[in-house]
Amino acid sequence: MSAKKEALFGPYILVWFALLMLTGVTVAVAGMQLGNLSVLTAILVATVKSTLVLHYFMHLKDESVVFKLMLGLAIFTIAAIMLLTFVDFSFR
Amino acid sequence: MSTVAGAHVEEHRDDTGARMGMWLFLFTELILFSGLFLLYAVQRYRFGSDFTFAAATLDTAIGTLNTAVLLTSSLTMVLAVAALQQGKRGLSVIFLSITFAAGIAFMVNKYFEWTHKFELGLYPGSEELTLHTPGEQTFYSLYYAMTGLHGIHVVVGMGVILVMIIMTARRPRRVVRLKDVQKAELEHLGPAGDYVAEGKLDEVRVTLFYAENEVVTERSVIRVENTGLYWHIVDVIWIFLFPLFYLIG
Repeated sequence: MSAKKEALFGPYILVWFALLMLTGVTVAVAGMQLGNLSVLTAILVATVKSTLVLHYFMHLKDESVVFKLMLGLAIFTIAAIMLLTFVDFSFR
Repeated sequence: MSTVAGAHVEEHRDDTGARMGMWLFLFTELILFSGLFLLYAVQRYRFGSDFTFAAATLDTAIGTLNTAVLLTSSLTMVLAVAALQQGKRGLSVIFLSITFAAGIAFMVNKYFEWTHKFELGLYPGSEELTLHTPGEQTFYSLYYAMTGLHGIHVVVGMGVILVMIIMTARRPRRVVRLKDVQKAELEHLGPAGDYVAEGKLDEVRVTLFYAENEVVTERSVIRVENTGLYWHIVDVIWIFLFPLFYLIG
């Protein structure tokens, strides 16, 4: 983010509030004993929270497309490793 | 800084490059942790019920508290960057200090949490743990390895933040090298409050001290911004660690 563009505090505080709310949601859902569904919700909420942090706090929204591609490649690599490991593990 | 007595001062800087370098480093951090997450996923697949049972022994309240502490520290970190971008150096130092304090709070909570587990004899290689199932032993090994590695990252981040507090709190200054200038001509220096000039007449090194609340150099912004990037990725990792260890079950 360029230093010329003045960053306001307001949007950051809103994002922080949303992050705390989502934490509350994930704790509440975990308390419901939904089994596998609660694992899914936990991962889903964590992904949404991470996206908020990456997008706003880490200023990814203001970065050029190269940064986003780089992050995409990193996530793709990690996902591929996870998937291939599980394919191997499941059919062993 | 532009023209001083006819001598043009150029500064070689690439903020985008600096941020990109930081991001590349952060990717190596993600790969490091994803190796452990992969291990967690496979072991959880093997020992699902044991993991659920062992996870219930972790204190959800303290985990939730630490999540809130870390999320809040991420907010104050990004506010420190924003304050610096607005040229508010003092406010930036305050926000950085709150972030540092939150790091301490996080580690203190971790300390009490771990000590309590140690008192119960729940640590890798303990006699107590040999009485538990292999699945539970695996859970505790992963718990200590992953939250431990994350804790080390928090401590490193706090160290960098401390350096940033000191660097930001000091009066902004810039050292420039000038060639072919007479010392007397340095009187024309523009925005600087005062300066120290040293060296021979054909090459003078000038240290400019900017006056309070004057120009915040862009160089100081990128430093704090990159510190923030590191602090936020540590937060992102905790966002995943928290539900996987404290909430499943």
